[in-house]
Amino acid sequence: MITACSGGSSDGQSGTDSSAGNGENVQLNGSGASFPFPIYSKWFKDFSRKESGIRVDYQAKGSGAGIQDFVNGVVDFAASDAAMKEEEIAKVQKGVILLPMTAGEVVMAYNLEGVTELKLPRDVYPEIFLGKIDRWNDPKIAAANPGVELPDTKITVVTRSDSSGTSYVFTGHLSAVNADFKSAVGQAKAPNWPNSANFVKAPKNDGIAAQIKQTPGAIGYVEYGFAKLTGLPVAQLENKSGAFVSPGPEAGIAALASAKFPEGNLPGTEIPNLIVWVTDPEGANAYPIASFTWLLVYADQDDQKAAAMQKLVEYMLSDEAQDQADSLGYIPLPQNVRAKVREAAQHIQ
Amino acid sequence: MSRALFKQKIGKGITRPPGNSEIYGDVGFRFFSIACAWSIILLILFILWMIGKQAIPAMEKYGFGFLTGTTWDVNKQEFAVLPEIWGTLYSSILALIWGGILGVTIAIFLTQEFIHAKVASVFRLTVELLAAIPSVVYGLWGIYVLIPLLRPVAHWLHEHFGWFPFFETELGGPGMAPAALVLAVMILPTVAAISVDAFRQIPAKVKEATYGMGTTRAEAIFKVLLPTASSGLLAALVLGFGRALGETMALAMLIGNSNQISLSWFSPANTLASLMASSFPEAGGVEVQALMYAALVLLLITFLVNLGGLYIQQLTMRKFEGSK
Repeated sequence: MITACSGGSSDGQSGTDSSAGNGENVQLNGSGASFPFPIYSKWFKDFSRKESGIRVDYQAKGSGAGIQDFVNGVVDFAASDAAMKEEEIAKVQKGVILLPMTAGEVVMAYNLEGVTELKLPRDVYPEIFLGKIDRWNDPKIAAANPGVELPDTKITVVTRSDSSGTSYVFTGHLSAVNADFKSAVGQAKAPNWPNSANFVKAPKNDGIAAQIKQTPGAIGYVEYGFAKLTGLPVAQLENKSGAFVSPGPEAGIAALASAKFPEGNLPGTEIPNLIVWVTDPEGANAYPIASFTWLLVYADQDDQKAAAMQKLVEYMLSDEAQDQADSLGYIPLPQNVRAKVREAAQHIQ
Repeated sequence: MSRALFKQKIGKGITRPPGNSEIYGDVGFRFFSIACAWSIILLILFILWMIGKQAIPAMEKYGFGFLTGTTWDVNKQEFAVLPEIWGTLYSSILALIWGGILGVTIAIFLTQEFIHAKVASVFRLTVELLAAIPSVVYGLWGIYVLIPLLRPVAHWLHEHFGWFPFFETELGGPGMAPAALVLAVMILPTVAAISVDAFRQIPAKVKEATYGMGTTRAEAIFKVLLPTASSGLLAALVLGFGRALGETMALAMLIGNSNQISLSWFSPANTLASLMASSFPEAGGVEVQALMYAALVLLLITFLVNLGGLYIQQLTMRKFEGSK
């Protein structure tokens, strides 16, 4: 509601501004994904400071809410971890440009006293999230972790209670790896997790992190940045080539390197399609669960706003901005991807 | 001076008829009061209409099955809230039992001369301060303090009394028990404050007469004072129950948000309010309609509880206070 009002009023403002002919005070309002919020808010603050006259405001409402605001035209841009569905794209008359801006890894954080290193094989972690493996000393977990003393306790699985792009990425990977998981739960922003007494749900990334921290024997999925921030231990996951990999910037970049962008354009436009998922990346060093997160921009808009938007995207792709990704727990975009995004951003008009 | 005043009084008359301004003032105030009272009823009807309007498509689609099914699956667009209805009622009833007993006991302690009146007022203020703590803080307190405290107790209970349905499962972390305990603390100020008032309203003569008959303090409290204050105590409990039914944030953080129906205190559950809190921000289309339907169900439950409370209150009033 608030964005609806402020979006509307700023539209009116910039309208009078452009008729008066001065290029001052452009306001860009955005809403959407909460996952990139820490880095976006930093970028937007730095950018607004550099470019006096352009103000960028962003509300982390969640990917789904961002897409809705974008479709309803109450914001100037939006952000989503789950990109956009074709029928959603079709609803936007002004045309949509989807730009990958940064990327993240989804990690499995756990709470086991005395266990600092935990390896989880490909046939084990989907079964934990299916409720089939529900004790820490399960022979399958023990076999992958020789020398580690695993307690005889119940596994408490913590998942998201709200709809989330993080869940979408996470279940996308589990579905790619395990056919049972695909048919029982499947890929979704609000997956239907098994109804078992050892599954609990917590709101948002920080809710999951807090819950894991407070629950001995818990495991759950959070964004890498949140695990790093809260100092939770994270499991090493077995990737497609059979290696156990810890999350981190190098492993993330290795995962993104295997992303193959689609050849064509977005349906019915000249705009390149930059929607790509790395559900099960190849490569010995690649961390298995990584994903881009997208900025959603209108293809056709007010000239002044288009110019401001282009400047903003240019800043977000700059080395200065991208180099901050690592310290905040994100993966910087590889140079070849940045080139593609720049090309697509030309269509902002 | 006094003569002048006297004259003036005579002149205008002490028993003069009300002046025009007073009549208009009275009539105006009367209309204003009536308008205020009606605006509340209209506001409730308006809220009902707004929610109902959005819920109608879901009501047509899911009908009565919405109340008896157990799945809430956005992806398959299957919506039903029986586990949430169960969780809402179960957690509130547990909170009412625990918080209610504690609240009434505190009220007895504060009003029946167990401690000095000044100390009692400090206690009362402290209990009322509990109402000023935000829900989120209760949630965090539950996660960081209550659950770790509860874990060894729950573990012991499950180990030794696991056959008992209340202790059937292990406590993972969030679940019914921590949620209901926090709810009990949250309704405590309401229950205690109104119960204190109920005890204070008992005429001093009743108490004097009771002790005059030679009763012990326990007999006086249980046989005379509790029944006499019962309608006030019931009002306190109904209000506390209402608060527990609608509580959102602390529950969303503590109950585990899992669609299960279980008697066990240690298994995760869900409530209507926390379902709405966690699903609304990202809901769209049919899900919003289903959530509105769920909101209507919660409204209806709260309404029925209040009606039921009122009915019981009048019954006890008739029985113990001989009212009209």
